[in-house]
Parts: sequence; C-alpha cells; structure tokens
Amino acid sequence: MRETFIDTATALLDDDPRTALVLADISAATFAPAADRHPDRVLNVGIREQLMLGVAGGLALTGLRPIVHSYATFVVDRAYEQIKLDLNHQEAGAVLVSVGASYDGATAGRTHMSPGDMALLDTLGGWTVHVPGHEGEVAPLLRAAAATDDRVYLRLSTGHNAAPRPDAHRLTVVRAGGPDAPVVVAVGPMLDPVLEGTAGLDVTVAYTHTPRPFDAAGLRALVRTDVIMVEPYLKGTSAGFVAEALIGTAHRALHLGVGREDLRRYGSPRDHARWHGLDAAGVRRSVEGFLTA
Amino acid sequence: MATKTATPYTDLLRRLTGDEKHDASAHSTLDVLWVLYDRVLHVSPDRVDDPERDRFLLSKGHGPAAYYAVLAAKGFIPHAWLDDMGGPDSRLGHHPDRTLVPGVEIGSGSLGHGLGLGVGTALGLRAQGLLRPRVYVLLGDAELDEGSNHEAIAYAGATGLDPIIAIVIDNRSSTHGWPGGIAGRFTVNGWTATTVDGRDHDAIEAGIAARHVGRPHVVVARVEDKG
Repeated sequence: MRETFIDTATALLDDDPRTALVLADISAATFAPAADRHPDRVLNVGIREQLMLGVAGGLALTGLRPIVHSYATFVVDRAYEQIKLDLNHQEAGAVLVSVGASYDGATAGRTHMSPGDMALLDTLGGWTVHVPGHEGEVAPLLRAAAATDDRVYLRLSTGHNAAPRPDAHRLTVVRAGGPDAPVVVAVGPMLDPVLEGTAGLDVTVAYTHTPRPFDAAGLRALVRTDVIMVEPYLKGTSAGFVAEALIGTAHRALHLGVGREDLRRYGSPRDHARWHGLDAAGVRRSVEGFLTA
Repeated sequence: MATKTATPYTDLLRRLTGDEKHDASAHSTLDVLWVLYDRVLHVSPDRVDDPERDRFLLSKGHGPAAYYAVLAAKGFIPHAWLDDMGGPDSRLGHHPDRTLVPGVEIGSGSLGHGLGLGVGTALGLRAQGLLRPRVYVLLGDAELDEGSNHEAIAYAGATGLDPIIAIVIDNRSSTHGWPGGIAGRFTVNGWTATTVDGRDHDAIEAGIAARHVGRPHVVVARVEDKG
C-alpha cells in the first residue's frame, strides 16, 4: 500500500498544481524525484510533526490541498492538538496518510504503534476515514480525497486481504447468511481473517474500507439482533456509532479490535494479531462464544 | 515619535472592555497592532479574501481586545460588536475565531500555533506564485515557551522563508525567561532580528521594514514588564 500511495501522490503532484505534500522525514527519500520536480509543493520539514500539521493548515488556508504523511503514531497521536486546531478549528482541509497501522511496526515496539488513532479522530468529528484492505483500494481513495477540500484520513497497513473491493464505500455484503443471521462487520484488512474465522457459520459478513462517516443506515438495514464489529484499531472504537445506529433495535453487540494494554512484546504483526484475537482462530473463538452465550 | 498620541481606537477599546481606569498602555499588543494595520499591512475590509493581501496571524490569541478595537477602527467589524465581547451571541470571544470575525486569518488561543500556520501560509503563497504578500505573525515572549514555535523558527530559518515576519511582544512574562535575549533564538537559525520599543510607532515601523530578502525577520517589541 505504501508504494501505491507514493506512486499515486507523485502522480497527483504532477497532474494537479493544487496538490502539496508535507513530510517529516518519513518516506522523504522515496519522494525525492517528486521533490526535484516540485520543490515548492513537496515540503519536508524535518522531524517536526507539530510543524508538519501547522504547515498543512497554512497551505490549506491559501487554497492548496495538502497531503500529510508519516507513521500513524506521529501524524495523529503526536500532533493531535495541531489536527484539532490547525485543521478542524480553522476549517482547513487536508489528507493525512499514515503507515504503521496499529501493530504493523511490531518489531519497533510500542513507540511505533498507534491503535488509538481512529479513536482520537473520533473525538474531533468531521473526518472521513479510509482503512483500505488491499493496495488496489488505495489509489482511487487517495485520488477522490485529493479532489475535495475535506478532512480525510487514509490509514495504510501492511495487513491486507487477498482481493480488492474498491467500491465498498459503505457496508457491503461479502457473504450473506440466513434472513436473521448475525452480522459481522469487517473493516479494512480484517476481512480475510473474518471470512476464514466465520467459515461454515450462519453469519452475514459485511465489509467497508470507509468506517467514517459511519454507515448507520447500512448497519440498520442488515442487523436483526446480533452484530459483531471487527476493527483493526482500538477495540470498541465504533461502539458508540453502533449503539446510536441501532438505538431503536433490540440488539446484542460484540466489538473486536486491538486491546488497550501495552503488551511490551515485539514479534511480528501476525503475532500481535494472534495476541489480540484478531487472527482467524481468534475471531472464530470470539464469535462462537458470543453466539452461544 | 508617535507614542501616546490620541488614536481612533482609544474609545473603542474602552467600549470593548468597559474599563475606564486603564489606558491603552494596559494592552501590550496595542501599539504594534495599530502600526501594522495603519502603516504596514496591505489589507482592507473589502479584500479579506484577496489572494494578494498580506496575512496577519495573531498567534498570541490572549487578550484580543486590542485586536478587535483595531479591526473595528479599520472597518473590518461593526463597532456595535464591541459591546458584548464573550457574550452568548457575540462573535468576539476572549480568543478570536477566524470563522466568526471578518479579517481574522486564524483562530487562536492555545499558544504556539500561529507560527506553524504562518509558515504553511507563506509556503502556500509561494507555491502559487504569490510573491508579494507577506505573512506577519504576532507572538508573545511567554508563548515562545511552547516548543512548536522552535520547530517553525528552525525550519523557516533553514529555508530562508522571507515572507515571514514575526513580531514578539516582550513583556518578560516567560516564567523561566530567555537568557541572552529573544532575538538570538531566531538569529542563530538564520533570521534577521530587530529589537524595538514596542510603544514607539515609528520604531516599530522601522523595525518591520528592516527585513532582508532571503531571510525571515523577527521584530522583538519591548513593552512594560507584565505586572
């Protein structure tokens, strides 16, 4: 996904003079050719994330369309107040593009993990969030985001599904269960573990790469009684949205995602998926437990 | 020297604050703001969206009464707005909101945001070939405690971002102070700097004009120590 992002952002810089890219050293070397061609619009501020977001706000106030890129923990967590004030409060738009989703940087440890980025943006509102599940979804999402003045967060991951589903802007049924079957919602790279983990169970599996704005109408249309959210960021991040969407429906809800605890372990993303119950076996265990409870 | 002459904003300021006891000197930013709007800035109420206008960013959003008084005196906002600052239906809060007040370029109040926004504004203007407008950012000496300023100071200096003119109102309110002076924090990063009497209108104007092509510029405006 990161390579697709770099190629697409480079093409946007070539094609649209409104596009600007703001970096804080991360990925700067890969954007060197673009920086050579567009020195006024490829801006590497050094390891200064507060400035990176402030610059994005300023660029937007002059009418440019900034794309801001770093690790999730640096672009969202570290510069949270700059997002809140230099973008939202100024009514300035930007496209934030992160790598290092949740525990993608597992070997780097907790300092490079950011499971709470989505929850932080939810405190602000007004953000469209894309969590692509395949590199084939990245380019159209980035191109569409660059064409607006909205606040958009594109959360790239090394986790991915086998097939792209670029049209899944809203909840899209991937595998239909019976008429009253429980609904399992998979966000982004969670789809394949969900499909494997729920194989043979009578559940409806729905997918989206765009969890914000939350597809409340789509969820209401699908859910009869039971809903299970499987998200690749902090567990329960969408719990409030699900509760609000189903406020008139007697329902049960289970939320799977990344736990809050700092596990203080390295290893691979696959290891962390297992430890957080987000691999296929973990999803099956949780879903079966919930449905038989 | 134009210090302490009667100005069109004096009565407006009293109207805004309801304060008959203190004169204009109680407002540390007032003289700098007046010089900017009266002599320096290429802005006017009929061109608040003109891409070619200068940008003035009040980073130090605290105590904006002087700012509102000057905006009213220059016709950006109706005088009647001054009577209800901070009220439930007022557009004028104790920190300004750019979406509520014509002519206000940024919403501020949390310290340390204006210079980064100013750097981005200068970069955005340059990228669009808008080379005439300048970007003025007003800060306070205590505001410089915020590390975000130093990210912007270092970057603007390293890249020679010369549309940027920072004005630091120095009333010695920084808790731990700036040993060796404020100007040095900028000049060591490649800025030019001038230190002036922040009540002397001609000196303020000359200090701003002392900028050099190819380098960002700071004016340190000394006023009375904060009581």
